[in-house]
Parts: sequence; C-alpha cells; structure tokens
Amino acid sequence: MRPGTPVGRRVFLGMAGLGAVGILTGAKVQSALGRVLQPVTSASGGLSALIPGSDTFRIYTVTDGFPSVTDDAYRLKVGGMVNQSLDLTLADLKAMPRTTLVRDFQCVTGWRVPNVRWEGVLLSHLLEAAGVAPGASALVFDSFDGVYTESLTLSQARRPDVMVAYGFEGGPVSTAHGGPVRLYVAPMYGYKSAKWLGAINLVGGVEPGYWEQQGYDVDAWIGASNGRHDAPVS
Amino acid sequence: MTLPSAEPANSADLERFDLVERGLHWVNAGLFGVVMLTAVPLYIGSLAGIFGRRHLLVEIHVWAGVALPVPLLLALAGPWGRNLRDDLSRFNRWTKDDFDWLFSSARRLQARVGKFNAGQKLNAAFIGGSIVVMLATGSIMKWFSPFPNSWRTGATFVHDLLATAIFVVVAGHIAFALTHVDALRSSITGRVSRTWARRYAPAWLEEMERAEVLGTQRGVSTPRGSLAGSQSRSASADLKANRSVIPPT
Repeated sequence: MRPGTPVGRRVFLGMAGLGAVGILTGAKVQSALGRVLQPVTSASGGLSALIPGSDTFRIYTVTDGFPSVTDDAYRLKVGGMVNQSLDLTLADLKAMPRTTLVRDFQCVTGWRVPNVRWEGVLLSHLLEAAGVAPGASALVFDSFDGVYTESLTLSQARRPDVMVAYGFEGGPVSTAHGGPVRLYVAPMYGYKSAKWLGAINLVGGVEPGYWEQQGYDVDAWIGASNGRHDAPVS
Repeated sequence: MTLPSAEPANSADLERFDLVERGLHWVNAGLFGVVMLTAVPLYIGSLAGIFGRRHLLVEIHVWAGVALPVPLLLALAGPWGRNLRDDLSRFNRWTKDDFDWLFSSARRLQARVGKFNAGQKLNAAFIGGSIVVMLATGSIMKWFSPFPNSWRTGATFVHDLLATAIFVVVAGHIAFALTHVDALRSSITGRVSRTWARRYAPAWLEEMERAEVLGTQRGVSTPRGSLAGSQSRSASADLKANRSVIPPT
C-alpha cells in the first residue's frame, strides 16, 4: 500500500454523496435559489442565463430540429366539429382582439421562468368565431412539426388564461419558442402549450396528446398534477 | 570495476505513461469532447436555435455519456492495466508534500512532488467523481419514469451545476497542458526527460533512479536509451519489495 492520505478516494466518494443529496434535495434548493435570485435576475435581464441551475427556458422539440415557416406562409386551421371552418393568417390573428398575459412559465421537469410576457388571441375568441357545433367537448391541437399533439377540454379552452400566442417578451415568438404561433395554456405545465401550432380541431372527447400518451397527466394543472407541488401561476 | 554512482549515468527519458494509459486518456478526451460539445446547444437556448436537431443531439450526448466509463473500466480490468492501477493509487494517496504544494506557496518550493502534483491528483479525482455523478443524474433525466418527479428536478439541478464545474476544470486542464508542452507531449509519446522530472516530479525521479540502481545491482538489464516501461515497473516493484533494505532518502 502506498503511503499517504487517501484524499482521492474521499473526493470521489464525497462527490458521489453530494450528487445523491443533490438529487434528493435539488428541487427544494433550486426553488429557494430562484426566490433569492429573482430580484437580481429580473432586474438584469439576461443575467439569469449565466447562473447555472437558475431558471431559464430550455428548448425542447420532439422532432429533429425546428419546423420553420415564414410569417406570410403561416396558416392556422380551425376545424372539426365547428359551424364554420377557419383558415387564418398571422395578420388575421393580429387583427383580432389582443390579450396580454404575464405569468411564470413552469415546466414539468422542474424549471420555471418568472414573469414571461405573452401576447395573442384568447382561444375562446377563436371558438366563438368558428362556432362550436353540438356534441363537441374537447379540442385537439396539431403542431406543424407533424408529430406533436395536445388536447384540452372545451371548458379548459374557454378559460381567460388560455391563448393562441404570437408575441413573446415584447417581440414575435421565435422559431425556438414555437413561433410564429403557439398555444399558451398558462395554468398548466409547459407541455400543454403546444409549439408551432398548425391546426385546432374540435372533437367529441379528449384525445391524449404526445406526452400524455407517454404517461404525463392529461389535465396538467401546475401544482396539482404529475406528482408535483409547484406553486400555481394563475 | 565500476561502482554504482549516486547519480546514475542513465540519461534516457523516463516512461511516464504506457500505451494503455495514453490510449485511455485520448479516448476519454474524445468522449468528453463529444459530451461537452453536444451539451452546449442543449443548455444555451439561443444556440439551440442555430443547431436545431435537439433530438439527435440528445441521443449523441446520452450515448457518449453512457459509453464514458467503458474504456476506463476496460483499461483497468486486465493485466494490461497494471501501470494504470499503479497511477490510480498514486492519484489517491496524498503525502504531506502534496498538502504543502497545494496550500502553501512558501512550502510549495520545498515540496517533494511525486509522479503527480496535488492539482493533477485533484483533477483525476474530480473527473472520476464527475463521471459517476453525471452518469447517475443524466440517467434519471433520460429514463425518468421510475423515479419521483422531484428526483428528476434534483438530478437536472445537479447535472447543470456539475456541468458548469466540468467546463471550468477541463478548460483549466487544457490550459495547463498547452502551457506545459513537455507534459502534453508525454500524453502522446509517453516519455518525459529527466530534466523535466527533476523540476516537476523530483520524488518520482528519485524513485525511478533508485529502481534503476537496484535493477543494475541485481543484474536486471536496463538497456541504455530505452528504459522500457515494463522493466522500469518491475524494478519499481523490486524496490517496493526491498523497502526495508533500501531506506528512503
């Protein structure tokens, strides 16, 4: 046996131990850190992105890369069990009554971005414009990435904090964030807010979306689903 | 008639790393490179927009990460890993000189550093610990369904923090390599000069030269100009066996 203190082994085991403690308590540490740092990060804009482990957007897509469409070519189709199908351009959406929502954005994986500003059209307004046919009780949302889908019940879709968003933090919704147009369901975890929204269809019953088919809760209320206890945002 | 001199005349380079160790180092470095490069756009949203293909990046990142410990374990497993195991034990054990070297700039000058200094020992332990923690947290992030959701958040938190530390440490490792070209060269050729060893690893040089003297005395041939690793090792093993006979200086 070589003489000396086994510092290497202690560092190794110490890191493994700290890692295990971090897995078990990291959720609490992170939310405490977020509270402490929030005045700093909101005052300094982009600073939060530089603090490791702090709350910034992570960009997810379920396909290879981001689907992309120009603002001019963009169309939102509203169909299914409606009185009148709609085929809306970005300009059509912008001509409709504009709503602004400022809420924390909460992901089911744990990260939360404070006070995100969204602009767009309330989904309830589109439902009024199309006219909900008798028998319709749920909505299916299709992403124009060709893969992602989401769902809401009719009553969830009529909430005043559920919108079709084209504005994000004062500018357009970037491609990475699901632009030019995405769904924004404020009271639910981020996976409900389908990116790259291409079509809305009214149907007779809830059809679980992409992540819901892989075990996520269909009713994704923040703080009351998916086994999580985050503070609600609205 | 010649007597073994106190300072052996042998001026051949010393073997610092054998082929297995060098191969492991560069395979490891390559995998770390893949994991770290793919991590950048996964972490930094604005870059994600440029690279796209997140799904593909995640797959590359995850499988390179899962592969990371494999070369290390393979290199350690067989008889070919003798020198590696010997070096791991050097990394592990800290003498008073190591603490002096790390914590006191005054005593650092007098510290009798062995084959690795305390910084290199810390780096090795950190990288070893990092592989285990990143593999565990990354696995929870990727295959989350059996775990409570708070573990997933905690694992993401740990993975983020440690990733940042790894970027700093690896940047430091590369910076030290680029400013210490002889040491960098030894990660490729395996060899260092005795002049280098006298300056950076005096206790190791002494150990190697004692082993050479011992080898000569016992009639083990150590051909000049090529102090091959296996021979220096066997001489080194002899030295260990004879520790009671040859008092350490």
